[in-house]
Amino acid sequence: MSVTRATLVAGLICLLLAPLTGATFYIQLFSKIMILAIFAMSLDLLVGYTGLVSLGHAAYFGAAGYAIALISPKYHAANLWLTLPLVMLISAALALLIGLLVLRAAGVYFIMVTLAFAQMLYYLFHDTKLGGGSDGIYLYVKPELSVAGIKPVNLENPLHFYYFVLALMLAVYFLLRTILASPFGRALVGLKVNEQRMRSLGFPAAPYKLGAFVLAGTLAGLAGYLAACQFGFVNPEILSWHYSGSVLMMLILGGMGRLYGAVIGAFAFVLLQEFFASQAIFGALAKHWQLGVGVFIVLVVLLLPKGLAGLLEPLEKRREPRTGDA
Amino acid sequence: MEFIIQLLNGIQYGLLLFLLAAGLTLIFGIMGVLNLAHGSFYMLGAYLAYWLTLKTGSFGMAIPLGLAAIAIIGVILESTLFSRLYQRSHLDQVLLTFGLILIFEELRSVLFGDDVHGVTVPALLSGSIPLTQTLSYPVYRLFISGICLLIAGAMYLVIQKTRIGMMIRAGSTNREMVQSLGINLQLLYTLVFALGMALAAFAGMISAPVSSVFPGMGSHILIICFVVVVIGGIGSIKGALIAALMIGIADTLGQVLLPEFSGVAVYLLMAVVLLWRPQGLFKVA
Repeated sequence: MSVTRATLVAGLICLLLAPLTGATFYIQLFSKIMILAIFAMSLDLLVGYTGLVSLGHAAYFGAAGYAIALISPKYHAANLWLTLPLVMLISAALALLIGLLVLRAAGVYFIMVTLAFAQMLYYLFHDTKLGGGSDGIYLYVKPELSVAGIKPVNLENPLHFYYFVLALMLAVYFLLRTILASPFGRALVGLKVNEQRMRSLGFPAAPYKLGAFVLAGTLAGLAGYLAACQFGFVNPEILSWHYSGSVLMMLILGGMGRLYGAVIGAFAFVLLQEFFASQAIFGALAKHWQLGVGVFIVLVVLLLPKGLAGLLEPLEKRREPRTGDA
Repeated sequence: MEFIIQLLNGIQYGLLLFLLAAGLTLIFGIMGVLNLAHGSFYMLGAYLAYWLTLKTGSFGMAIPLGLAAIAIIGVILESTLFSRLYQRSHLDQVLLTFGLILIFEELRSVLFGDDVHGVTVPALLSGSIPLTQTLSYPVYRLFISGICLLIAGAMYLVIQKTRIGMMIRAGSTNREMVQSLGINLQLLYTLVFALGMALAAFAGMISAPVSSVFPGMGSHILIICFVVVVIGGIGSIKGALIAALMIGIADTLGQVLLPEFSGVAVYLLMAVVLLWRPQGLFKVA
């Protein structure tokens, strides 16, 4: 077993056992982080594998959050089996629509058009009464998950919610791994490395990129659905460029193109904030937590070009001959 | 008449955006560095203007002192951090400059606090020009527009007509060739970087009396500046000027005519322009 795999399995065991500590605060914090991890993994499919840097990924996350908050009945629970696919379908449709337009641009221009569409959605919800304006709307009752009349998982219970999110995070991880190992996934990586050559080999770039864009949007929708369920309310901030930027930062911090890098990045980003904002450790300095996070990020860029996940690599025994891309 | 006032406001806002976008587009076009911390210098400029005006008692004194401070910070930053980024990917640049935003925001909080401040318009420029019996236009806003136009003109002359400008233009097209001709590119980069920072800070300083000084003012303007740079075409000063005026007018008129959709207007404009011309209005080779 390689060092990376051993580390990941150890991390998973920690996550499985973490609720045994019984600290509700950490159970909820970790649930939040795992939702962000799903969000960051969906972005990794675009940024790390297909080479499409989107600065508007919060659009699909936020749209899903608003969708579940708007379609849920006010005083009783929505059916998860019905609403989750519907919400993901809405995110997918949005990604398809935006993807058809934005994939005409490339490079920095692509970054900016994705940003433009996400910002339009942000202002649409921020300045009109569609979703409660800048105050947002509440989701009073979490959706319920029932199988033949029995409810095996109660999402109102933080512990149930934690394992539900953990299961989904693993499902997304393995789903993306499977997809990336398929011919479709290999073609995406090929497009990132050399689009010209892929075209000349007979792979049309546009449908592959669009496929990746829609898939990433759909999975971001899953994360947005879960986030809305956890916090019980949505506001335009979940559509803002700060949110798109933060998830991109998590991804770069953790290390792109690895999937588990996205998970590591989500944990590192949120836990660092918690660490530097901890009054117990930093006392009066804790309110200036951004300073610590900022310095840490600068140091990571200067010292760890491959992100935090790159830390694991020197520990691996080199099995493959080195290629010239170093 | 009301419309003309709003139009003038839009032009003034646009010209201010140009000061910021010009530095951003130069740094991006010439050095290939995506600098998210550009907005932080706008904020630092505004705070320095506020603080130095308080200490020296004169807005006119505060500006040169503040600019000198920013230029020194710019040179230090370029030689310690940014010079390491030229060969790195855009994403590394984004992450590092994002870290810098957090650091600057927090340093601002430590040094100047988290309060919203106002800077009084200097007495010499505090008058207003009557347009009709009830409406008038403040002299200070005209002063901002005038000084921005002056800077735009000066930049055009420096870049198109002088030796330094020639080096800058050449450096953005072919880095290796310029270096092999014996031109010290590193020095040129430091200069352009410090100039870009100083322009951003200057924009913050002169806008301080019009739009108060508040935390987070940098991050709002940053995104708008990127919109301007991209619409204009990366690296193009002319494009930045035209795009800045378009955005300034669209945003100001949008707020008056369609307040509910004014936020959307700017981004809709960008999306339309980029779908029509995916490389911006003025593509630089």
